Amino acid sequence: MSLAYAIPPSHSAEAAAPLLQIRSLAKRFGAHEVLKAISLDIASGEFITLLGESGSGKTTMLRLIAGFEQPSSGEIWMNGSRLDTLPPYKRRVNTVFQQYALFPHLNVRDNVAYGLRVTNAPGGEVGGRVNDALRMVKMDAFATARPATLSGGQQQRVALARALVNRPLLLLLDEPLSALDANLRKQMQSELKSLQREVGITFLFVTHDQEEAMGLSDRIALLRNGALEQIATPREIYSHPATAYAAQFIGQTNLLHALVHVGSATCGALRWPAAGPEGAALFSLRPEAIRLNGQVDRNGRESRDVENSVDDIRFSAVIKQQLYGGGSELLELDCGSQLLRVKIPARGPLSGMQDFVFSATDVVRVSE
Amino acid sequence: MSAATTTCRAPLLAAYSAMVFAFIYLPIVVLVVYSFNRDGVGGFPPRHLTLDWYRQLFLDDAIWTSVLNSLIVAACSVALSLTLGLLAALALDRASFPGKSLFRRLVLLPLILPGIITGLSLLMFAVSVGAHLSLFTVFLGHGTALISVATTELFAGLQKMDRAQEEASLDLGATPLQTFLRITLPNLKLSLIAAGLLIFTLSMDEIAVTFFLIGRDNTLPLEIWGRLRRGMTPEINAISTLIFAVSVILIVIWFHLRTRAERKAI
Amino acid sequence: MYSRAYKSIVSVPPLLWVGLFLLFPYALMLAHSFWIVRDGFLVHQWTLHNYRTLVTNPVYVQVLLRSMRIAASVTLCALLLGYPLAYYLSFHAGARKEILYQLVIVPLWVSYLVRGYAWKTILGSDGVLNGFLQYLHVTSAPVGFLLYSPFAVILMLTHIYTPFVFLPIYAALEHIPRPLVEASQDLGAGPLKTFWRVILPLSLPGLLAGATFAFVLSLGDFLAPLLVGGASGTMIANIVQSLFGAAYDWPLGAAISMCILLITVSLLFLTERLEKRWSFR
Repeated sequence: MSLAYAIPPSHSAEAAAPLLQIRSLAKRFGAHEVLKAISLDIASGEFITLLGESGSGKTTMLRLIAGFEQPSSGEIWMNGSRLDTLPPYKRRVNTVFQQYALFPHLNVRDNVAYGLRVTNAPGGEVGGRVNDALRMVKMDAFATARPATLSGGQQQRVALARALVNRPLLLLLDEPLSALDANLRKQMQSELKSLQREVGITFLFVTHDQEEAMGLSDRIALLRNGALEQIATPREIYSHPATAYAAQFIGQTNLLHALVHVGSATCGALRWPAAGPEGAALFSLRPEAIRLNGQVDRNGRESRDVENSVDDIRFSAVIKQQLYGGGSELLELDCGSQLLRVKIPARGPLSGMQDFVFSATDVVRVSE
Repeated sequence: MSAATTTCRAPLLAAYSAMVFAFIYLPIVVLVVYSFNRDGVGGFPPRHLTLDWYRQLFLDDAIWTSVLNSLIVAACSVALSLTLGLLAALALDRASFPGKSLFRRLVLLPLILPGIITGLSLLMFAVSVGAHLSLFTVFLGHGTALISVATTELFAGLQKMDRAQEEASLDLGATPLQTFLRITLPNLKLSLIAAGLLIFTLSMDEIAVTFFLIGRDNTLPLEIWGRLRRGMTPEINAISTLIFAVSVILIVIWFHLRTRAERKAI
Repeated sequence: MYSRAYKSIVSVPPLLWVGLFLLFPYALMLAHSFWIVRDGFLVHQWTLHNYRTLVTNPVYVQVLLRSMRIAASVTLCALLLGYPLAYYLSFHAGARKEILYQLVIVPLWVSYLVRGYAWKTILGSDGVLNGFLQYLHVTSAPVGFLLYSPFAVILMLTHIYTPFVFLPIYAALEHIPRPLVEASQDLGAGPLKTFWRVILPLSLPGLLAGATFAFVLSLGDFLAPLLVGGASGTMIANIVQSLFGAAYDWPLGAAISMCILLITVSLLFLTERLEKRWSFR
């Protein structure tokens, strides 16, 4: 279920050494085991997200890397030297806090300059670097303002600048967008993504929002109850979830309880080719993978231009409910033993028994 | 999830803090210990533990009369300060009138001014209207000076209160008076008790203002003061120890009431 | 939401009372400071005589200065004791914070007189401290300067006001959001730098409040000098007290009181201004 440390995909022939190596990191608070021996590598320059519900351990992991907690066991290495034995102010790691944690008694410029000043950066440099950082987050007009006068989104940008100006090897972002309203959130997501591309710094992003994770990340590490459920690129984790939890947490899916016997899996009236051990098994089938057989366009006219391949599994089912969603329809099908959810492009209302088809490659076997 | 912030060890600071604690408690410990010392106050180490001083204390009528006087004054002061303090807190919270900020400062002034100034001013006032100094003048002094305590505590309580409750009450047909009695006051219950306890304790211990307004009858602090001027007896240790014990109980109650009020408001 | 009747009922009684029993008496004292005593009788003649006396008489000036020195010493010592204690409780005490807080508060409720008396018993010639020193054979004879000196007054008042100073500082420290401390460390500042650059500036309002309280109340204290001050430890409030007692010169006493009042009000005004500038909410 949990993967051993996953080396991130590399585009060059020789894999670069990972920036951060987490080895069997565990954390206990009293009797409560918050993190259970997690290992993973983070590559330099990647945007990786720790995704999970509250209580999954993602925030604890972030705090361990930042240095605000000590591991109960395990190690963290950065660029070949031990990180977890260093206090937070000696690590080349900076954090963007969830509530921004801007210093109220300093103005924006002094906030951003703080890290440079306390580490005795050369005086002449400070001003220039601060101005560059402010320009990068588009807050240069607010240099003399106090944090209390800024909006949430503005404070967030200042927090970003304050962290990035120090040129850390790793930037930690603790659910930084959760306090923003929906529109601002979308805007900040795309700004963050392009910012990361621009500066090339490794971003470790923590969130519970799977849509956010999918849109931003190079890789997603899904955490559940303190253990690593799956770590993969967004496309990979979506199309090939390793477990039922992963399949359901990210996007929507149909979980099929099937019986595998001599090369095929059966679930009620459905049957498709399946490899692997015999017996009871779980399969994930995404709603949008199921199509209407016999394409009917919006005006209700049938067309015969349907590609039927050998892979296709056909079945019929009664439509129990139809929810219109603007560009799509969400159908609930009665499959005898199973309720299936199907997502198709918008068309007129449907009723009764219809023919459906899905590809065998879209049915993924998942573990419990 | 919010992980608990681990508190790191700071041995030097802990040692320093322990020393400060020792400094704060040293006189009290000495007082209590020597109240059981047969040879009275002074010398080291204390030998011959005895309850004699406590026995002497219980037979001392003058002390107990002064205790009674103090209790009466304190109880009346609580009533007066709480009533006026509640009204003042309501006024500061809800009304606007010319001179409001001056009023606020004036109410809080006796808290920060040295007691001698408030005491002397009230003495002048009493003399100018021809009043005789007595426990009554003491009561008026305490009650007036301690309005500030009541106002501060009750104002804080009012600010924490959910205003929507009063609006709901009015919406359901209650008059402002009914709303005040059925909604506002019960919400302030904890603040009222905490303030009352505080005023009571402060009144029992009040010396500076009392000094100038006292007539023939003594309050407990002034009775002790008089004896101190005449010479030290371990009987004073005994009564001091008793005062300390009662204070501890009262402050623990006050603290728990306060934390209960704060937790409720969240 | 509140009718005019409601607002009147809640504002008028306290206004009247405070006007009659606070404002008028203070005003009366102010008036007295401009009158004089002639042949043992109070004469309502408006003059600056008292203030002139106060400024020109070396005794009064000296005692006033000594009082301010004592008050400043008390404030400084109380801060040196109270601030680290508050810091320890707020940032390092963890689960024991509440109990320790109560322990600090308890002495506040122990009678002022009781605590002053306790110091008297400790510092006296045949007091506990001397007995202790002689018991240990550190000294062979009682040490005299401990009691009846400015030192004793400062010691006693520091003891009284350390918890007073502790309270607002602790409240201010508790208000500092912990993420700010973490952010400072995250950006590269160690514990000392974090204290100096983040914690101390944000705790200044509380520090100011506590310091003002300690200074003003120490300045006007007349009981401590009477208990442990002796002749060399007399403070300005004692002079006022005697002027209202045996020395019978109410106008002069009122003038000195007005000076104390002026110092108090100016300090309060100053700290209010500073607090507004330095509180960054």
